[in-house]
Amino acid sequence: MTNSINDISDAKCILAIGTNTTEAHPIIGMDVRQAVHRGTRLIVANPLEVGLVEDAALWLQHRPGTDVVLLMGMMKIIVDEGLADEAFIGSRCENYAEFKESLKDYPLKLVEEITGVPGEKVTEAARMYATNKPAAILYTLGITQHTHGTDNVMALANLAMLTGNIGKPGSGVNPLRGQNNVQGACDVGALPNVYPGYQSVADEKIQKKFEAAWGARLDPKPGKTLTEIIPAAHDGKIKAIYLMGENPSLSDPDGKHVREALNRLDFFVVQDIFLSETAQFADVVLPACSFAEREGTFTNTERRVQRVRKAIEPVGVSQPDWWITCQIARHMGAKGFDFESPEAIMEEIARLTPSYGGINYKRLENGGLQWPCPTEEHPGTAILHTDIFTRGKGRFMPLTYRPPAEMPDEEYPLVLTTHRSLFQFHTGTMTRKVKGLNIFKGEERVAINPEDAKSLGINDDEMVRVVSRRGDVTAKVMITEKSPKGTVAMTFHFAETPTNELTNPAYDPVAKIPEFKVSAVRVEKVKKAAVSTAR
Amino acid sequence: MTISGTAVAGDRKLKTVSLTIDGLKVEVPEGTTVLEASVKAGIYIPTLCYHPDLEPYGGCRLCVVEIKQMRGLPTACTTPATEGMVVTTESPAINEIRRASLEMILSTHPCECLVCHRRDRCGPNDICLRSVAVDDRCVTCPSNQDCELQKVVDYLGVHELHIPRDTTPRDIDNSNPFFDFDHNRCILCARCVRTCQEITCVGAIDMANRGYNAKIAAFNDLPLFDSICRSCGECMVRCPTGALNPKEVIRSDKEVKTTCGYCGVGCSMYLGVKNGKIVGVRGDPEGPANQGRLCVKGRFGIAEFVNHQERLNMPLIRKDDKLVEASWEEALSLVAEKLGKYRGEEIAVISSAKSTNEDNYVMQKLARAVLGTNNVDHCARL
Ligand code: SF4
Ligand code: SF4
Ligand code: SF4
Ligand code: SF4
Repeated sequence: MTNSINDISDAKCILAIGTNTTEAHPIIGMDVRQAVHRGTRLIVANPLEVGLVEDAALWLQHRPGTDVVLLMGMMKIIVDEGLADEAFIGSRCENYAEFKESLKDYPLKLVEEITGVPGEKVTEAARMYATNKPAAILYTLGITQHTHGTDNVMALANLAMLTGNIGKPGSGVNPLRGQNNVQGACDVGALPNVYPGYQSVADEKIQKKFEAAWGARLDPKPGKTLTEIIPAAHDGKIKAIYLMGENPSLSDPDGKHVREALNRLDFFVVQDIFLSETAQFADVVLPACSFAEREGTFTNTERRVQRVRKAIEPVGVSQPDWWITCQIARHMGAKGFDFESPEAIMEEIARLTPSYGGINYKRLENGGLQWPCPTEEHPGTAILHTDIFTRGKGRFMPLTYRPPAEMPDEEYPLVLTTHRSLFQFHTGTMTRKVKGLNIFKGEERVAINPEDAKSLGINDDEMVRVVSRRGDVTAKVMITEKSPKGTVAMTFHFAETPTNELTNPAYDPVAKIPEFKVSAVRVEKVKKAAVSTAR
Repeated sequence: MTISGTAVAGDRKLKTVSLTIDGLKVEVPEGTTVLEASVKAGIYIPTLCYHPDLEPYGGCRLCVVEIKQMRGLPTACTTPATEGMVVTTESPAINEIRRASLEMILSTHPCECLVCHRRDRCGPNDICLRSVAVDDRCVTCPSNQDCELQKVVDYLGVHELHIPRDTTPRDIDNSNPFFDFDHNRCILCARCVRTCQEITCVGAIDMANRGYNAKIAAFNDLPLFDSICRSCGECMVRCPTGALNPKEVIRSDKEVKTTCGYCGVGCSMYLGVKNGKIVGVRGDPEGPANQGRLCVKGRFGIAEFVNHQERLNMPLIRKDDKLVEASWEEALSLVAEKLGKYRGEEIAVISSAKSTNEDNYVMQKLARAVLGTNNVDHCARL
């Protein structure tokens, strides 16, 4: 997030796009609703009728994958009606002329046609966002999980810059990060192209710095992303994987392909707290302890580094992940892995990561710290880009509409989009173990529009088979207006219904994020098996 | 955030007012209520419907005070403090009125233990000298000794009821898998209703009916589970009695402050521990992202998976296509030996968005410095 969770309440307008906030980020969902109670104008842009639609002044129900068109359309109106923040653009941004020119490609009629949103609504949204300042944008995977996810994010950045809605309380472009420490894992370099603190592996000076610090020769060539690692394992190019605490056999697109890939590995180590669906493929399984059994830090979606503390002793002989990894390194004869505690690891992180430079456990005792926090005197940063963008001037990006990689056709006439439930988490490794949560949501339900259900002759609660080019799964349907005509929605929380058998591994060329939000599928009735074959 | 009223300041610089409470000079920001001013001055005024996170309600009328030049006895929770105000928070007359209000509340509550002088010494299995029905006893209530109603009764010293009791049995809604709603113990303070409206903004419950039939109910009087309730339990933590209570109440021996391991909001929380097990979770009021609030997963979804019997408790090694238990030494040596055979392009490390920063740091360091590969990623994209 460029801003903080707390300052959502300062926003006069909130654009919540591609986020089902009340399900996936419940506390932020409460904040948004409180703001609405106090008069904040809420615009929800989502193909699905998510919880916040109830609270919204305006709901833009655009077709899945048409975000760029919707946003460019809004920006054209803002510019045409003279609502752009010329002062901000003049002093803080560049490439505006070219960008403005590119808006010509988005006349309202075309926007209506592609997005399916009536022109008046697009206009109203544009005015509402541009005139109620400060305005904050909230988004999640509904924006990023597309083959053109990077374009979507750039469109949002354009919109914020165009109206000067960045760098001020109550404004900003705010991705809500999904998992507890997805922000932190990125921050400390669990990415193929950067060292901790987003320092490029291809930068020679940085490479030298880390070589000196770690006493090892380092490779300046960026590595593979998870979405590339799995195909490389499938092709036999990657022969061994050491995996910690993830469950790609359920979470990654095209599940069958993932399992084949894992099966082909020469050597596969999995470190987890449960024998996950993925761990069952492993050659060695290492028992890790849960967050309640260890010390450390998580970094939340607003860049706040907060302490995790040990409440109970590790279960069995399980050990914290850092300890296990360090032991492996030491068994391999490596130097630089004799940390005595997570606190000592954080000291090394702070030494090598400018944005974490002022963070240490002593300071974290008094609550969290938001990075960038370069020195021990620095109070942390609640709002980014207040005076200057990371790259200097904010650059407007002209964008062209690219449809999703897989569009519905005769054979696969419906769009499958994946979403999440409040009562489950990710692949369910933790939440499936909690009885009460499974009473609330214990099985997959394919959300389908009444009209689609009717034309398929399907009743509520009936078992159906959902089929894509990659696989098929069966699940009960839930007939609901919340899913628009032509779109079905499923979660991916349930091993019994591995939705990602269906999803398309095609990914964004820059961010390498797969297109979970649009896969072409068809829904079939499950024919009753002939009962009497045995007789 | 509205919940504690702290962020109201914003760009306005707040003026202060000074007033006298029980002879003490108190200075508070404009807009502070007489009750809040008294709390700030360390003066106790009994309350039941008041809660610092919620808008003033003035329902229980226990906080009545005397204010010079004001007629009658205004409720401190709804009266703004003004310059020069002179407040008296306690006198025999004030307490007499408070007791009358409290008796009204108690008339629909199982109150025999409440007014019994032996209450503190009574254990759950003791024989009751007054033959109070088991379900009516404080000792069988999950809130016993942690109950705001008990505290207020003790403070005001109510020992008998001067008005008739209404002992009609009321429903117990145990449809929610995590907490019960025992309407017999409900005093209609509406804290739960206001929480669900003002804090979670779900609006699942409301005050239904009037008079003796009044009750807190979901739309159409549906059981909570079938209502739009999101099961966050925020109402439960603000309930002053045993009406809303977790299904299982185990008091912890110690609490450890940590950060929720589920989603990226990063709610700060206290894990309650007893006998080496997690027995409860409490939102941290100082938590910068959550200000005390938690969702259903954080509040009710942690202990069970952490304490789960399927937790891996030994390293496993595949032998003859079966995973069999092994020692750490055996497993680590094997992993080190095998991983050592691959370098660079041939190997990849998948780190975790669920693990800590420190875990992820050593993981990518291992990949880069030891395995010689930048093939390191996690499921940020999924
Ligand atoms: S709520 Fe429970 S503990 Fe409190 S007074 Fe009533 S019965 Fe006793
Ligand atoms: S359930 Fe609790 S909080 Fe709600 S009205 Fe009754 S006593 Fe008050
Ligand atoms: S649990 Fe949460 S949603 Fe349900 S009634 Fe209580 S406050 Fe409202
Ligand atoms: S309590 Fe709920 S909202 Fe808060 S971090 Fe945990 S899962 Fe997220």
